[in-house]
Amino acid sequence: MQLTVWTYEGPPHVGAMRVATAMREVHYVLHAPQGDTYADLLFTMIERRDRRPPVTYTTFQARDLGSDTAELFKTAAAEAVERFQPQALMVGASCTAELIQDDPGGLAKALGLSLPVVPLELPSYSKKENWGAAETFYQMVRTLAGPNAPAPGVTRPERPADARPSCNLLGPTALGFRHRDDVLEVTKLLQSIGVEVQVVAPLNATPADLARLGDADFNVVLYPEIAQTAAGWLKRTFRQPHTTVVPIGIGATRDFLAEVAELAGVDPGPALAGAPSRLPWWSRSIDSTYLTGKRVFVFGDGCHVVAAARIAREELGFEVVGLGTYSREMAREVRTAAEGYGLEALITDDYLEVEEQIEALQPELVLGTQMERHIAKRLGVGCAVISAPVHVQDFPARYAPQMGWEGANVIFDTWVHPLMMGLEEHLLGMFREDFEFNDEAGGSHLGHGSKRSGPEAPVESREAAPGPETAIPQTSTAEAMASQTTTPETTTPVAPFWTAEAESELGKIPFFVRGKARRNTERFANQRSISAITVETLYDAKAHFGK
Amino acid sequence: MSQVATTLPTPSKAGACSAPEVLRERGQREVFCGLTGIIWLHRKIQDAFFLIVGSRTCAHLMQSAAGVMIFAEPRFGTAIIEERDLAGMADANDELDKVVSRLLARRPDIKLLFLVGSCPSEVIKLDLSRAAQRLSKQFMPDVRVLNYSGSGIETTFTQGEDMCLAALVPELPAETSDAEPSLMLVGALADVVEDQFLRSFKALGLDRISVLPPRRSTDLPAVGPNTRFLLCQPFLGETARLLEERGAQRLAAPFPLGVEGTTAWLKAAADAWQVSEQRFREVTAPAQQRARIATARYRDQLAGQRIFFFPDSQLEIPIARFLARELDMQLIEVGTPYLHRQHMSEELALLPEGVQLSEGQHVDRQIDRCRAAQPDLTVCGLGLANPLEQEGLTTKWSIELVFTPIQGFEQAGDLAELFARPLVRRTKLEV
Repeated sequence: MQLTVWTYEGPPHVGAMRVATAMREVHYVLHAPQGDTYADLLFTMIERRDRRPPVTYTTFQARDLGSDTAELFKTAAAEAVERFQPQALMVGASCTAELIQDDPGGLAKALGLSLPVVPLELPSYSKKENWGAAETFYQMVRTLAGPNAPAPGVTRPERPADARPSCNLLGPTALGFRHRDDVLEVTKLLQSIGVEVQVVAPLNATPADLARLGDADFNVVLYPEIAQTAAGWLKRTFRQPHTTVVPIGIGATRDFLAEVAELAGVDPGPALAGAPSRLPWWSRSIDSTYLTGKRVFVFGDGCHVVAAARIAREELGFEVVGLGTYSREMAREVRTAAEGYGLEALITDDYLEVEEQIEALQPELVLGTQMERHIAKRLGVGCAVISAPVHVQDFPARYAPQMGWEGANVIFDTWVHPLMMGLEEHLLGMFREDFEFNDEAGGSHLGHGSKRSGPEAPVESREAAPGPETAIPQTSTAEAMASQTTTPETTTPVAPFWTAEAESELGKIPFFVRGKARRNTERFANQRSISAITVETLYDAKAHFGK
Repeated sequence: MSQVATTLPTPSKAGACSAPEVLRERGQREVFCGLTGIIWLHRKIQDAFFLIVGSRTCAHLMQSAAGVMIFAEPRFGTAIIEERDLAGMADANDELDKVVSRLLARRPDIKLLFLVGSCPSEVIKLDLSRAAQRLSKQFMPDVRVLNYSGSGIETTFTQGEDMCLAALVPELPAETSDAEPSLMLVGALADVVEDQFLRSFKALGLDRISVLPPRRSTDLPAVGPNTRFLLCQPFLGETARLLEERGAQRLAAPFPLGVEGTTAWLKAAADAWQVSEQRFREVTAPAQQRARIATARYRDQLAGQRIFFFPDSQLEIPIARFLARELDMQLIEVGTPYLHRQHMSEELALLPEGVQLSEGQHVDRQIDRCRAAQPDLTVCGLGLANPLEQEGLTTKWSIELVFTPIQGFEQAGDLAELFARPLVRRTKLEV
């Protein structure tokens, strides 16, 4: 048993729902008890979808157990097919139904339905959401495209000389982190080198679309977490090669275009010419000097953290001080990437471990998920969100891709925004006793009397509470929440004593680096067995650690 | 201490109107399971921790439904059952003991721990009551360990609170038969509402009043044959039954929603304590008047509007009664996940003649009925609201009715406003 209050990924059947909800003309009959329908609100509220997910839940109850849960499943499946008239039916079980072993696949088969039925076996007690999405997509592709597979040994015919090269985009789903906009951006990117997109799947694809996946010359794997399994099968079965680079960031987008050009036999030159993205110049402009060497911690799903680390170091001049993922399926790729930065990757789905590492590393910027955003907030560190799990804020009304040239622009803005702008940071350093800069004062734009809540007592603002703002019960005051925040203190053997003078000097350091200064000074003092910290000690420690 | 009637007044017979027709349905239910009650219970009982013994789905449900990313450490968590627990490689009980020990070491402020059963733990027949006894022995007197089931195969949304409070009933200290009569308010209310009610009863001269659940688990109220109790919430069937088994007597009343409901609810206790009519009027009249003014403000917007309720919290019938009688709304269908006929009899008597009630759910058929009826306002859960809005229906999220203080005189206007807002919004938008 694993104790948790928060998980980075949902159960695997939620991954299957992300595929079903992304597609058109399919329906998913899920053998599940009452309550599992909560998953609908992920789509209707977080993603603001205007249609119900195409999912029918059998809603069995305790009194049905052992008697007629199988019958319940058959009725629900038959009714769903009649009501929704899908082109293909997905059937499966949630965690509870898995235990009662009704075999939805077998039961659906016994109904003798005249449409393709895709049985999904998603082990809930060992696998998670992204694995469930990948497995579901693979099973859908195999079932629907399989009948069109060439006979073994038949070579793929050459593309006619007059036909434009074509590809499929694989991996975007419902509830994906910026999938909607990435698809548009990558389609534009491919068009810019003369490559046509035939099928995007699963997002907005029909079963008929999946059946013709084999027609394209190659596949673009947008999100390996979801598309890798299906792309591997398509490669083996249809001899369709696929891309390996995820085009997030300038360097990765260039590499991606080179890879695509190679697969398509076209020249990437024209697409790379000119200034397709503002990021390179924005990053070189002197205003960005202050970004140099900012210490960043990166955590999220596999493909986004690998891309983020590269952008951080090569395109913004940051120093990557920590790198990790909750995607165990991508552990190898993330470990390799981390080695390139001289780091050991953190592979975990326990947010407490992530929090511990962030506290220990004291980065100046965290690139993470919504969970890391909360951790960073508690620690008074800037944060930008780079990966699922998603939050209603991750579905902006505006166009905000992560991929391609425009994606790089979006990333520059969102990552740099949480950092203090250059000049203002200098002024803060010079006039830290200005009445508006002192810790008690809120932002001057908020008018007089506004109080900042210091990092010692972080109070979660209502605006930042994620998800549908439904469930903050009447008794939950920010006060009650803050009072029970237990921040595990990093224990030092003997806490050295701060002289009043040193304490007051420490107070002049801006709040967002004060914790770091305090800890560094105490560490310095401990190492040298200094029991009383004076102003001298403070500056000795500053000189020792640098910056 | 005022004199208390030795026998309870017989509940007023359901008026002249005939029992309403109830459509009972079975099929897909678009409602939460009982685990969701933890979201408010963990804030209400401030030294309690709720440990769900369940699956990743349970943990995911809690964070999705509560909108919780850890803003502070909440007082709930999930012990996720893994494959090795099922395969018998690890004894689930040993694993649970380990999890509980770690948890309690980390949270010394916890005085009451609920082990909360889920669908998977019920199906694999993990005996949480034995586990609770075992762990209680180990951790008493510092921590009391209790258990209840919030599983979706047994409970619907607010029934989770019923199960939780029912688990507390056997723990309540016993009061002897010669104790002074006392009043117990049963059901979790917003603190502000609870305080208002306590003030009202004090003003009526009742001085022995307790609440279940208490804000701290060490303040469990005593119960005995001289305990009268008022249900604050309509979904507490099991808790009421167990309190009655311990000798307490339920005061039958409508629920304290709206001017009429709140008045009748307070009156049920006032009558049992033989408070004079005049005193009752003196105490309640100012608040009643305020509530009338506050609700009247919304009558123009709501009168004549046709409303359709999908089932959610069992609060549907009392709220529908309020909307129909105090704001002149027209009820098309009032769905409830479960209809407790006895506890609801005072409410049913007040409903307009011929109203369509439905119990249980077959969500697709109910959506068909809703589409056919084209109501002015549809009360439904979060999974349905946006899709129905897209079809042109105006909706009100039912869950907000559970997470907002709506009971009592001072909140009657707020309750009306919750229904007026979506309609007002529709008229304001020009996009």
